[in-house]
Amino acid sequence: MLQMPLWKRVMIWGICALGLIYSAPNFFYGRVENHNDAAKLIIAQQGVATGSQSEALAGWPSFLPSGLVNLGLDLRGGAHLLAEVQVSEVYEARMDVLWPDVRDALRPLRDEIGTLRRIAAPQGLLKIAISEAAGLEAALIAVRKLARPVSSITGIGQYDITVSGEGNEVTVGLSDAERLATDSRTLQQSLEIIRRRIDEVGTREPTIQRQGADRVLIQVPGIGSAAELKALIGTTAKLTFNAVVRRTASATEKLDPRMALLPSLNEPGIYYVVEKAPVVSGEALTDAQPSFDQNNRPAVNFRFNPSGARAFGDYTAANIGAPFAIVLDDEVISAPTIQSHIPGGSGIITGNFTLEESTNLALLLRAGALPAKMVFLEERTVGPELGQDSIDAGRMAAFVAMVAVVLFMWASYGLFGLFANLALALNMGLIFGFLSLIGGTLTLPGIAGIVLTIGMAVDANVLVFERIREELRSQKNPARAIELGYERALSAIVDANITTFITATVLFMAGSGPVRGFAVTLGVGIIASVFTAIYVTRAIISVWFAWRRPKTIIV
Amino acid sequence: MRLRLAPENTNYDFFKYQKVTFGGSMVLMVVALFLWAVMGLNFGIDFKGGTSIRTDSSQVIDVADYRAVLTDLSIGDVAITQVFDPSFSTDQHVAMIRIAALAGSEAITPETIERIERALKLFDPQISFTSVESVGPKVSQELIWSAILAMTGATIGILFYIWLRFEWQFAVGAVLALVHDVFITIGVFALFQIKFDLSIIAALLTILGYSINDTVVVFDRLRENLIKYKTMALRDVMNLSVNETLSRTLVTSTTTLVALISMLVLGGDVIRGFAFAIAFGVVLGTYSSVFVAKNIVLFMGVNRDGPKKPSGAGTQYADIDA
Repeated sequence: MLQMPLWKRVMIWGICALGLIYSAPNFFYGRVENHNDAAKLIIAQQGVATGSQSEALAGWPSFLPSGLVNLGLDLRGGAHLLAEVQVSEVYEARMDVLWPDVRDALRPLRDEIGTLRRIAAPQGLLKIAISEAAGLEAALIAVRKLARPVSSITGIGQYDITVSGEGNEVTVGLSDAERLATDSRTLQQSLEIIRRRIDEVGTREPTIQRQGADRVLIQVPGIGSAAELKALIGTTAKLTFNAVVRRTASATEKLDPRMALLPSLNEPGIYYVVEKAPVVSGEALTDAQPSFDQNNRPAVNFRFNPSGARAFGDYTAANIGAPFAIVLDDEVISAPTIQSHIPGGSGIITGNFTLEESTNLALLLRAGALPAKMVFLEERTVGPELGQDSIDAGRMAAFVAMVAVVLFMWASYGLFGLFANLALALNMGLIFGFLSLIGGTLTLPGIAGIVLTIGMAVDANVLVFERIREELRSQKNPARAIELGYERALSAIVDANITTFITATVLFMAGSGPVRGFAVTLGVGIIASVFTAIYVTRAIISVWFAWRRPKTIIV
Repeated sequence: MRLRLAPENTNYDFFKYQKVTFGGSMVLMVVALFLWAVMGLNFGIDFKGGTSIRTDSSQVIDVADYRAVLTDLSIGDVAITQVFDPSFSTDQHVAMIRIAALAGSEAITPETIERIERALKLFDPQISFTSVESVGPKVSQELIWSAILAMTGATIGILFYIWLRFEWQFAVGAVLALVHDVFITIGVFALFQIKFDLSIIAALLTILGYSINDTVVVFDRLRENLIKYKTMALRDVMNLSVNETLSRTLVTSTTTLVALISMLVLGGDVIRGFAFAIAFGVVLGTYSSVFVAKNIVLFMGVNRDGPKKPSGAGTQYADIDA
């Protein structure tokens, strides 16, 4: 019969009520957003609230759920960047670090291998030439002793470097397992540094995600342009202090492999030959603040940690009168001459900075250097006005679509149409409730997905109603006809919706950003519409039927 | 009195003009493929790489002026189109500027974008840049691949599911009908050179979903009737099934179309291509489930004493009768 067991009715109405409660915050978007912001701030201030904060907090009762559907960048405005981390740069640095160890390991074998020197090698490899080719075997054994087991789950039983020899050359490189582990570490570090830099600016809810093997997705709502964001995170900010060998005006100077030729930032056409191995590097910084030099020009004050301070102190004590270079991202900011021993571990970087540049540089130095350079593959900026226009247009379209569908269903199925309309309204509530609950993101195509759902959601009910009509022709008992209608329409409803759900799943897996938002609303819409059609309208009809006990029905 | 889109008891012969309907569909599909091959698609930056800038100004836009300003910068291939939309206010003038990706350059140069913005600002101080998007050639290549993968993945998933729940002939018929819908929609995009970007792929996938939904409803009735009328000719069972589901087909298509037309007219220009693709696909999907999918099944025939008996997995679902 049409009656439903109590537990089933309780469950159906319970789910609907939950959906409505969870969707409620979205109808008061601004107020709830302020409430959430205030709540977060008050926790951050250890429970002390300012007047305006408690006012914002009171704007939404705290016993109600306060989860909101996130607005995608295309609706809220903001910047989106897809960056590729140049992970192979790190291999190079690893080889530079390895070289002294290799040298030390080979030195005791001088009798067998003769002299040794580092020679030019392809990127990511270390090549050492020895003068006695007969000693190659011994050299290889000695270098192989430097290999350490890889410390990652997938790389168990493997060593971090590969060593091979040919003629009088020893080639050292990172093993595949170590490369994978290194890449993963590089990416983790990059994510961490990017997060710190963005947090320093203090914007709301940035998304910083790893994508694939070597990519980072960064989405920052509310930022003016992608260029601004790139200025913040695009700089490697690798700061080193190097010993200067000489100053030159030629860009094509022949160099010892231990030296590097770096351009000067402020003097065009001037180059510095510096020692590759830095005296102190940016990792030793504990603090950096924008300040002014004695001529009142913008500068950056910095402070080293104890080990950095000692290294810097020792070097300055030993090299009074010699110049040293302050190098940022392979450019010499300045190359002052050491006037005296600098023991305190603090100093000042001067250059032709503007105030903004010095503030930015201090921020970047504080947050730390990126382990490798990033190349930007994709960037999108949406202005907040355009986003708001899209929201308004989408809301209008959804409203008109809803009214039209409601009228049409009423005209087609009368009272039963109204039941379907009630289910449709609940359906919308469920979609928003579910999206808020899982913290889903609403994008412009997502709004289109909702509008499409408005049109398609009634389909399951249409299937049932049409079936009831058919059954009524052969069945005189209305209760039996309704029951048969539901029963026989079920296979069509399920099959039709599962196939649509398959496409929504594929969309979700293959799509990115806005398209994914569309897939989510479409998928949630399908589940909600099947639920409302099979259970909710049925529950409504059963209540109505028990109340009116009609002898005949017209669908 | 109820609104009826179809009379109570219809008895149309949907195969009567099959040369025109099914044949016409096949011809259209070939024409669409031809258009696609000859005219090509107007790929957006998602697939071609490059930069797209949306400008908004209170001054009237003269596309020729913009072009003159940008040509001076010598930044390569620039396409400028003015955008019109009923949702704009009267003093709102919007244009889209598309700059092709420079060959060989992987990353996007912010300097170029800055130069363009500065030049346009100098020309029209009222101008603002409401959206700026750049996609590098590397990513656009990958996006093409993931789009193709998504389409094939969804099609195979559907093919497999229908095969599981119905007979294989149904699966082939349903999928060919889908291919028909998607190809003709792509053909229309090629013919009118409407911008084809990532969101259109989402639209095509939605068409897949909608069209299969429609086809499955007809197939479901066909499956039921094949068991009920064991001796009736396949062609007649098919006609009966389509006639029986005709009212539902029309009602659902109407509600969906009504919602989509509202999106098309009121949803703003950013989403128009997307809404258009879906709306067009819904019409096509409805048509193909009535005039294309079952014709293919008819050509292949159905094994009516096959392993799938009335009590088979296909007809009975979980008992929801409470």
